[in-house]
Amino acid sequence: MLNSRIVEISVGIFVAFGMAALLVLAVNVSNVSGFGGGDHYTIVANFDNASGLKARSSVSIAGVTIGRVSSIEVDPVTYEAVVKMTIDSRFKEVPIDSSVGIYTAGLLGEKYVGIEPGGAPDYLEEGSVIRLTQSSIVLEKLISQFLFSQSSNKK
Amino acid sequence: MFDWFAVIGRNTVDFLARLGAEFLLFLQTVKGFYALIWRPSLVIQQLFSIGVRSMLIIIVSGFFVGMVLGLQGYNTLVDFGAEESLGVMVALSLVRELGPVVTALLFAGRAGSALTAEIGLMKATEQLSGLEMMAINPVERILAPRLLAGIISMPLLAAMFSSVGIFGGYLVGVDLLGVDTGSYWSQMQSNVDFHKDIVNGVIKSAVFGVVVTWIAIYEGYTCLPTSEGVSRSTTRTVVYSALTVLGLDFLLTAIML
Repeated sequence: MLNSRIVEISVGIFVAFGMAALLVLAVNVSNVSGFGGGDHYTIVANFDNASGLKARSSVSIAGVTIGRVSSIEVDPVTYEAVVKMTIDSRFKEVPIDSSVGIYTAGLLGEKYVGIEPGGAPDYLEEGSVIRLTQSSIVLEKLISQFLFSQSSNKK
Repeated sequence: MFDWFAVIGRNTVDFLARLGAEFLLFLQTVKGFYALIWRPSLVIQQLFSIGVRSMLIIIVSGFFVGMVLGLQGYNTLVDFGAEESLGVMVALSLVRELGPVVTALLFAGRAGSALTAEIGLMKATEQLSGLEMMAINPVERILAPRLLAGIISMPLLAAMFSSVGIFGGYLVGVDLLGVDTGSYWSQMQSNVDFHKDIVNGVIKSAVFGVVVTWIAIYEGYTCLPTSEGVSRSTTRTVVYSALTVLGLDFLLTAIML
């Protein structure tokens, strides 16, 4: 049998190495420090069209991510898309009259929700509904509008 | 005609009997865990021979798998102008699939076969009967520390495999092929989820650890006590482990996705 002290030391190194690898995966590879564990609150916005938006898409103010989309559902009465977003509690002073829009990062990039802060003295809180919304731009609709306007101009 | 049905029936009964015997042995071994609280040195010795000695092959293969992923991923992604996503691709494929599965296959070849051969030889040389003669339960004394060590080692080894692989992909992608460092890491961080990806990978590797070690100790414990029996059991360990790991991987992915 090997010297038991050497065995113990190498097992210690092995376990420490494994734990360090898990830690690297948790902290460096995933976004565990982001919006998983910390305090957050949920806000809701209704869009006419939320095409391309997915759960876990980012929610940002001025290009800085402050939360993520948690769920997207259809309102059975108005047929609007109900987008629920969880916002990190560090950003709790977002004015209640802020407007939200669905934008695209780059020409072919992912869709994200951008919040334009308003000027009201009251702030968004748990369960607030944002009234001012701007739907995502559907490229096919834009192109067809452009083509139709071209053809009608020629007449 | 009836012979044919008899063959099917016999095989089914044999298969079920084997499953039952495996499960009973597993229960007995798990029951033996409590005795290890007073004898942690047994587990440490097994951690050394199962975990520490598998470390080198796991780290080296993880590194090369990561580098290959970096090369292949870059060549495919660059056609779509999406080479910035290389980090995501490497990290997700390692953490979710390749890390646990390849580690389990290597673990079966490196540690599982050694376990079976060791226990089988103990049986062939009547050391297990000797222990029983001295009123020491061989399941508690021999099998339990090995199973526990296997369950502890596998997730750690898989985590090492994945992180070393991600650095291998970084080396090829960023240093050799010129992907931007910032986008390699930031895209990875924004697209790899802790619960959905990393925790699931760890669960997978722990399950594989249980299954591979379990098959290895069962094969060793029930092998024919001859040199041919030991060699057959060792082969069976590797084959059954590989098949079970790949099948379970599909099942676990389907459940957890």
